[in-house]
Amino acid sequence: MSEVFVIVEHRLGEIRDITLEMLWKAGELAQEHSYNVTAILLGHEVSSIAETISDRADKIIISDDEQLKNFNADIYKEIIAGLIEESKPGLILIGNTAWGMELAPCLAVRTGFPLATDCIDITFKDGKLTVQRQMFSGKIFSNVSFSSSAGCLLTIRSGVFPKDRIGDRQAQIVQREFSLKEIPQKKDFIEFVETAAGDVDIAQAELLVSVGRGIGEEENISLVRELAEALNGLLSCSRPIVDKNWLPKYLQVGSSGKSVNPKVYVAVGISGAFQHLQGITGAGTVIAINKDPKAPIFRAADYGIVGDLFKIIPVLKEKVLETRKG
Amino acid sequence: MDIVVCVKRVPLTEEVDLAVDEHKKGIKKDQLAFVLNDWDNYAIEEAILLKEKHGGTVTAITVGSEEDEEVLRRCLAMGADRAIRIEAGDVSRFDSFGISKILSRVVKDFPFDLVFTGVLADDDYCGMVGMMVAEELGINHANMVIAIEIENGKARTTSELEGGLGEVSSIALPALLAIQTGINEPRYVSILGIRKAAKKELKVMDLSELGISDEELSPRTIIEEVYLPPETEGAQILTGDPDKIASDFVEILTKKGVMG
Repeated sequence: MSEVFVIVEHRLGEIRDITLEMLWKAGELAQEHSYNVTAILLGHEVSSIAETISDRADKIIISDDEQLKNFNADIYKEIIAGLIEESKPGLILIGNTAWGMELAPCLAVRTGFPLATDCIDITFKDGKLTVQRQMFSGKIFSNVSFSSSAGCLLTIRSGVFPKDRIGDRQAQIVQREFSLKEIPQKKDFIEFVETAAGDVDIAQAELLVSVGRGIGEEENISLVRELAEALNGLLSCSRPIVDKNWLPKYLQVGSSGKSVNPKVYVAVGISGAFQHLQGITGAGTVIAINKDPKAPIFRAADYGIVGDLFKIIPVLKEKVLETRKG
Repeated sequence: MDIVVCVKRVPLTEEVDLAVDEHKKGIKKDQLAFVLNDWDNYAIEEAILLKEKHGGTVTAITVGSEEDEEVLRRCLAMGADRAIRIEAGDVSRFDSFGISKILSRVVKDFPFDLVFTGVLADDDYCGMVGMMVAEELGINHANMVIAIEIENGKARTTSELEGGLGEVSSIALPALLAIQTGINEPRYVSILGIRKAAKKELKVMDLSELGISDEELSPRTIIEEVYLPPETEGAQILTGDPDKIASDFVEILTKKGVMG
């Protein structure tokens, strides 16, 4: 293998962090195994994005076309499949994002390449590629290898690799044109909508008390709300609470909700799915309260309280009120 | 509106200690309870809601053993019209490629307007079967769908992107939509409801009827080993009686400057 492809993800004219993270990992592999890093940048008026990554790749293949202004899995698939056929890269890295997870499986069927999704690490040992993944909501890890050595597609979890530049590269820019009109495309982009707009902005809070599935019933949320109020903090939540319609979307912390950066984040009855943890990487201190000592949240937290939240929360609230009274 | 929904039975692993099996290729499942995959529960509910609005049929499909019929019966009780189980022996020998080949071969012969899958399955967390089925069938697709409206032979869908943004698209039918949790509120299913649904059609097909070669079904990814998460430093656990824990809690908050 001589080349690693990184599919550049960008949205509304801005490069997404996952692209920088994939370029970091590709750069690290390239240093160890002397591969070339090729970034594939499909879009419209993307010169500033190319500039951002020009010292992180050996080559940037750019296709600039108005039809590529917004992501479209069908068009991406056809262009990338063509580029794969030309260059035969050993690895193709795609973000494990909503878009990446629409593209990668289609590309796998189209090219016949094996695909491993949501990878958290990539290693080569004696020429054999192995990736690390998680299963069962992060409670089990697995090492996965591949039946074919021709080339592999991997989608990479956000936030597991640094966004930094690694090594010293100067990208050669290759402009390409593709006849996109021949690509059948029956999905029309209409618009972007805000799904998490609301009156309260939890991203600005200094202290958040966040409630998760462990709360059991809707009426129990008041228990956690009271603790948040006693602390002069804001109430937030994890995804299952919003899925059940118990709290509004704008209070949801996580990759599909808001990324928060409070001084202190108290997670109550939250198991700690990676999508949630991605939303609290900016938190100063994380205190987790959960009855399952094996819950992944304890791996991400600074402090933990293992036990029944229905017994613990009232005691915490009383102590807080008592301390405030002085 | 004829809708096919691909579903999967998965172990319930929340608040359960998982153990690795002796071959280190999977987990011990004998002590675990099994449920309909959470994402699939939303998918079947969405299909039934669309059927209630536009008419048509809902068919639930799974690839699995007789035990997996339990989730099909649940789908029937929720309002699906019929169910199909593809008997394929030990399913763990397939990866997502194999499963999507099987599903697409079965779905291909159906009259359908929409195919639904969940975005992910709770067990392997691969999240690729849906889009692979779409590609195998050569039909349009959308991922992470959190809203669907049917208008003039098209589906207007909203896909959930990262950071609280939704992408609205118009897609010509037939199409495959991978359904995200929270799109609806799945209805409650009673034991009585499941009993009543026992009269509905549950068809079993054998993999050998489908004419797929072993070569096509051979896995492209191989699980070398599964293991418990590596030990990390993790959280400092506060211990002692509740009063001591509460004092420590307040002390931490004071130190971090949020008790002022």
